[in-house]
Amino acid sequence: MEIPKSFLGYKRENGRAGTRNHVIILPVDDISNACAEAVANNIKGTIALPHSYGRLQFGADLELHFRTMIGTGCNPNVAAVIVIGIEPKWTKKIVDGIAKTGKPVEGFHIERTGDIGTTMKASKKAQEFVMWASEKQREECPLSDLWISVKCGESDTTSGLAANPTVGNLMDKLEPLGVHLCFGETSELTGAEKVCATRGATKEASEKFMKTWNAYNDFILKEATDDLSESQPTAGNIAGGLTTIEEKAFGNFQKIGNCKFIDVLEPAEEPTKGKGLYFMDTSSAAAECVTLQAAAGFNIHLFPTGQGNIVGNPIEPVVKLTANPLTVKGMGEHIDCDVSKILSREMNLSQAGDELIKTTLRVANGRLTCAEALGHKEFVMTKLYRSA
Amino acid sequence: MRLIYKISENSNKQIDTITMATDIIIHDKKDNVGVVVIEKITPNQDCDCWVMEDDSSTNIQSKDEIPLGHKIAMIDLNEGDTILKYGHDIGKVVKSIKKGQHVHVHNVKTKKW
Repeated sequence: MEIPKSFLGYKRENGRAGTRNHVIILPVDDISNACAEAVANNIKGTIALPHSYGRLQFGADLELHFRTMIGTGCNPNVAAVIVIGIEPKWTKKIVDGIAKTGKPVEGFHIERTGDIGTTMKASKKAQEFVMWASEKQREECPLSDLWISVKCGESDTTSGLAANPTVGNLMDKLEPLGVHLCFGETSELTGAEKVCATRGATKEASEKFMKTWNAYNDFILKEATDDLSESQPTAGNIAGGLTTIEEKAFGNFQKIGNCKFIDVLEPAEEPTKGKGLYFMDTSSAAAECVTLQAAAGFNIHLFPTGQGNIVGNPIEPVVKLTANPLTVKGMGEHIDCDVSKILSREMNLSQAGDELIKTTLRVANGRLTCAEALGHKEFVMTKLYRSA
Repeated sequence: MRLIYKISENSNKQIDTITMATDIIIHDKKDNVGVVVIEKITPNQDCDCWVMEDDSSTNIQSKDEIPLGHKIAMIDLNEGDTILKYGHDIGKVVKSIKKGQHVHVHNVKTKKW
């Protein structure tokens, strides 16, 4: 298949391109959710991103909070942002971070004004932003403007057999064309960590990966009451035929094909070393992982599933694929790309990869994903430790 | 080898595509196990295998009943041998396995713990 050289995206002030054109209402903290949701309810075409944190966090955990907030606002799938927080200082910090992209952003704080007054002021600005954004047109953008993140979930044997290798095939085909790629799930690489480390494009990248994985493993050994042998693979994994944690990890690892990663990112850290594959230190919980990848600037997500994970994200479209024919039959409304014909050998891996490229481009061009049509907007902040 | 003839509904019943079904998928040429992709295979069943890496075919006779998603030994394996899947080490043999037998937690363990 000849791979198209471009897609139709929204060109942003900082040179990035979006696959979506959202105007978001971003609460800085948990207690500003109500006001943000009131604004989104007033002004049609905007979306609020409520979440559970943002108070009394400190240290690396607070830094991650800000990085996630600012990164979400900076994502090229976002045209303009209203930031609402309880206090002026943290609100301004997030506004200033997003303003560096050159996109319209304005902050409002609730203290001394109250929810109703803030809702009114923020709604007026949100209306202005959404009407401005609604005139933006999709334009031809080079394929290299795609930043693709991946993560698998509700995996079963069909994931490692077919759905994950299909994503790997797509990576092998798109990586030479200059796209940015990102995989994560530090915990799910346990058992394949040494082989994963050899996939670093440089010695520095390999060492950084092992350092990240070791830090995770030390944390597990410190917190866990036993090793993972009772929980990895899970009873369900074993019933499905997975024997060892290594086997599960290598199934996961199929998602990167033959690509090498050029750098290791902190959670929600924007890649700065140019095109190519990145590893990000993330949880393997679906919504947390996708939220971090979106905050790092990735504009389309590929999600292979076995038993049928249904996750979505408010700003980064999540494309689902599965090779499990029973999942296609039972919950087809969640599946954007069906590669179950691999199992019956009616489709080979390269054909499946081509199908996934076609689906990815249709979604990049504006086709809604199943998760978007069904209203999945899971925005979940990663919390490193308890608040003060 | 079984052939499935797919008749396209809107092409005057011409043969549209000819595809080969498979009972077992092997990821990598180096692998010493394959994965069952039909509901189950029964003892002494002659099974078609597809090697995904190079799109080649092979076959094997099973010795056990093996369900969907579970592994079959492609060669005789002795205690201490390494199981290769995806071309990688996924564990060690703890009880010898004959070609065609079921490979799972009863005869293979992780090397991790």
